[in-house]
Amino acid sequence: MSQETILIGLAGVLASASPLIFAVIGETLSERAGVINLSMNGTILLSAMGGFAVAYNTENIVLGFLAGMLIGALVALIVAFASITLQQSQVAVGFVLALTCRDLAYFLGNDYMGVPGPRLQAMPIPVLGDIPVLGPLFFRHDVITYISFIAIFFAWLWIFRTRPGLMLQGIGEKPAAAYIRGANVNLMRYVYTIVGGALIGLAGPAFSLAIRAGWMGTISGLDGFGWIALSITIFGGWNPVRGAFGAYLFAFLQWLGLVLQPVLTQVPSQVLQVAPFPLMILTLLLVNIGNAEWVERTLAAMPESARKIFAKMLRAMRTSPPAALGVPFERD
Amino acid sequence: MIKNRLGNLSYQLAALLLAFGVVSLILLSVDASPSEAYKNIFKGSFGEMRKFAEVLVAFVPLLLVTAGLLVTFSSGLWNIGVEGQVVLGAIATTWVYRFYLDSDLPPTLIIILAIIGGMLGGAIWAALAGILKVFGGVNEIFGGLGLNFVATALTIYLIFGPWKRPGVASMSGTVPFPDEFSLPLWQNLRISPWALVIALIGIVFVYFLLQGTYFGLRLKAVGKNFRAAYLLGIPTWQYSMYSFLICGALAGAAGAMQVAAVYHRLIPSISSGYGYLGLMVAMLINYQALWAVPH
Amino acid sequence: MNVELKNINKHFGAVHANKGINLNIPTGTIQGILGENGAGKSTLMKILSGFIQPDPGSEIILDGKPVVIHSPADAIKYGIGMLHQDPLDFPPMKLLDNFLLGLSGGLFPNRKETAQDFNLLAREYGFSFDPESYVDSLTVGERQQLEIMRLLFLGARVFILDEPTTGISAGQKEKLFATLKKFPEQAMTVIFVSHKLEDVENLCDRVAVLRGGGLVGETKPPYVTSNLVEMMFGKAITLGARQPAEAGEVTISMKNVSLEDVRMKIKNVSLDIHAGEVIGLAGMEGSGQDLFIRACAGLMRTVGGRIHLQGQDLTGKSYHTFKHAGVNFLPAARLEEGLVLGLSLTDHFVLAEEPKGLFIDRAAGQKLAEDRIQSFNIRGKPDSTVESLSGGNQQRAELALLQTPLSLILLEHPTRGLDIESVIYIWSKLKGRCKTDGAAIVFISSDLEEVLQYSDRVLVFFNGMVSAPLDAGKTTVEELGQLIGGKGWADKGEAHD
Repeated sequence: MSQETILIGLAGVLASASPLIFAVIGETLSERAGVINLSMNGTILLSAMGGFAVAYNTENIVLGFLAGMLIGALVALIVAFASITLQQSQVAVGFVLALTCRDLAYFLGNDYMGVPGPRLQAMPIPVLGDIPVLGPLFFRHDVITYISFIAIFFAWLWIFRTRPGLMLQGIGEKPAAAYIRGANVNLMRYVYTIVGGALIGLAGPAFSLAIRAGWMGTISGLDGFGWIALSITIFGGWNPVRGAFGAYLFAFLQWLGLVLQPVLTQVPSQVLQVAPFPLMILTLLLVNIGNAEWVERTLAAMPESARKIFAKMLRAMRTSPPAALGVPFERD
Repeated sequence: MIKNRLGNLSYQLAALLLAFGVVSLILLSVDASPSEAYKNIFKGSFGEMRKFAEVLVAFVPLLLVTAGLLVTFSSGLWNIGVEGQVVLGAIATTWVYRFYLDSDLPPTLIIILAIIGGMLGGAIWAALAGILKVFGGVNEIFGGLGLNFVATALTIYLIFGPWKRPGVASMSGTVPFPDEFSLPLWQNLRISPWALVIALIGIVFVYFLLQGTYFGLRLKAVGKNFRAAYLLGIPTWQYSMYSFLICGALAGAAGAMQVAAVYHRLIPSISSGYGYLGLMVAMLINYQALWAVPH
Repeated sequence: MNVELKNINKHFGAVHANKGINLNIPTGTIQGILGENGAGKSTLMKILSGFIQPDPGSEIILDGKPVVIHSPADAIKYGIGMLHQDPLDFPPMKLLDNFLLGLSGGLFPNRKETAQDFNLLAREYGFSFDPESYVDSLTVGERQQLEIMRLLFLGARVFILDEPTTGISAGQKEKLFATLKKFPEQAMTVIFVSHKLEDVENLCDRVAVLRGGGLVGETKPPYVTSNLVEMMFGKAITLGARQPAEAGEVTISMKNVSLEDVRMKIKNVSLDIHAGEVIGLAGMEGSGQDLFIRACAGLMRTVGGRIHLQGQDLTGKSYHTFKHAGVNFLPAARLEEGLVLGLSLTDHFVLAEEPKGLFIDRAAGQKLAEDRIQSFNIRGKPDSTVESLSGGNQQRAELALLQTPLSLILLEHPTRGLDIESVIYIWSKLKGRCKTDGAAIVFISSDLEEVLQYSDRVLVFFNGMVSAPLDAGKTTVEELGQLIGGKGWADKGEAHD
């Protein structure tokens, strides 16, 4: 493989990870505030379909993206209302919405199946795009990919460096403590859930108007994507930068699968198609196994030197969620 | 008390109205008439015997899956992998049928073996999610979902690969089994009374398990407070695994019914989404086994 | 700041939690609020700190001006800061971030400047903190100091402290009291809420006693303890004399046991505990006593040494093996670890018994529950869920779950947060089990008086070091306090073997 092909391939990896980036950052914001938006898989499908439909009908691609965000925000509003105001199980509400939105997307999107539609064009940045290696890698993408780069940085900056971001961490960690420090906990949870939902909703059109333009219904291969994004959020330890790393790693492995497919002819195509899911389980296993009781028992039985090394490795991989994730807040 | 119940009832009525409203809106948005749609739903369900039998065809796997989920919900587990467990039940049943295709064993015995095989298949798939949860700390929602996708891919691989029809493989599934492999049907309808009996046995079994036994009480304790249950002396992780296995076996039975009584072969969408539907039903009945059967 | 409470009333449904309380707290005083659990102290303080609103007609007057306090954030604007029993801080954050959180200012906080302010304030009050370390590396006492600093920085003039001496060491208590005693000089007012007579007597300029939601009296020093007790309970109560045990056979024997977790190592502990004996474990929270008691329960695996229970080698065996051998463990977090929310008392008692057959005999379960409720004096019905019981009754329910036969009872803070009557009752029940079953008891408590009152021997923990067993009858609270704070270890030695 020539250097050029590899470079184009890697640039493609960066671009194709953009929907994952939006979804992971959106979910990270929501969960940092303490609300699990489990509807993600359905939301992405619905916003992919809705975004495409709006862009197709209005012939305005920007409106398509906005429509996707609006759909994401509205679904998140339902999640927020059910979990914050009605104090229902976030898992139950999210899961029902995940299924409903998926089926709704297939049902309502019937008319748009396979219709050729608008697609976001690449927009190389002058000067920067001509730099060798870095230019083709980072600066010859479409707008939405650039936005995904910027989003990683701003999400990180917001959560870890600003005053409201600090409060956001507090709300998800110990809402009662955030409340005595002046936070309107439930209002902020609404805001972050909806903003996070809008970002998740951006992931849909990032597919249907950019990476895999068009709406293909059940065969779009998008189903399951939201669950992957959810597990990358966990893998990323609720940190946008680590989450983005997970998203790029995932996109890279997918690309590797495509590249290697001609070589591995014996492997049935179905195996490669579902490979992301065992991969998802494996990453979660790595992140979580340190918490298992038998691991602790095994460690205690090891000689001291080995125990130290293994304990350190497990701790480096382990991530822990915001302490109040999924727990409703009441003033008293 | 009574006032409280009335309050609950009006709340539920409001929710029902809201649901009808939303569905109507969606129908209107695609230029369909809601009233026509509801009329068709009603006619389609109860209009005549044949149609009612079709409802029962769906009722059997749904009841089995729901019964299983009541067990996992009691132990505090979101067994979303139930969909894949139905699929694996169907695959295992198909495997048993294929194994005995040319044998001299009485067909009744083969049917029983196939159903047991289906239950084992579902239980094994559930055990995978359980092992991931118990020994790997992987949340059963993610483990289960991942396994669902793998199960679907496995079905398609089998239909288009090792088990394909002679000649051309197609989405219509594997070669149909001979008639004697089918559970006896009711006259010429698609519903088998035996399937209905098996489903009812499943729900009654779960009802008594959860309401009257030490096992059920311990399961509930594990579901409500894992740590305290452990300190009270309950072998918690074993109980988590048992509940996965029971649910998997019941879901596998649902998959077996799909093959043995409805489709008589393995098709790509063999589970027909009954796993997910069962999850909704189990959530709606608020984890109370008593209400799972309308009465 | 002068705080005046006028005719404070609060109803929760049918419960009248505060009954027309009138209290004037002059500027620069340390006001004690004394009362048993359920006396209405918490409600009153929650009203003053803005957590809940009083009934109409109640008045809060600060420096002569009537105010309405809508929220805790509102209260701090008026200069009222509250230190909660469980510090309301953020364990996984850096001290600096925890301090910054909630301060007003621009979008990007100036961390450098805030760190300087932080260090300055710490120096002024004699605290030593590294702003870049993490909150979860601190003890409860240090986290209190951190909260006090934060409230000072926010300009608090009135400090409400809710049971602040629960869970902190004697040294930290001294330090806390020293800090608080400086406040009146700076025209600050302290409201000290507690059910511990000793603390209130040592610290407060004046004491108000609440009982059953109403104010029953106010006194000034010199305090007469028996009078305070009578005001609190409406009758006189005495602790009674120490009752040393007659030690029997060895129940549990530890030989060169080593333990280790992420934070701490304990090396080579050897100890025999005898039937009928009570061993108290003293030490600052997280000094290693929690590891020790979990190792006795089989909840924590030893990394060296052997544990024998009544001659049987249980080293490395699971908690359930220990439990079958008659070891029972009652954790401190009753609702998180001890009881199952949503299940009834009957369910709990049935669960704790060995299953008889497959199906539960409902009538027998009901009978069992009624018996236990009566013999343990639990205020509840067989079908009451455990969360509907009060703290004291939950604790009694836990005691009622102890199995028979029993060889070793392990308790974490068995009486934390309970009033003195419940404390006496619970210990009489525990000592009873020692007599009838020949059980030994090992318990952790941060209340040194309790440790000396009820133990036969005491082990002191400091930073993973374990003292030789001390005779509780010959040890004073002061000596114990010193050891807990890490002083005087040279002559007590880490004497084992």
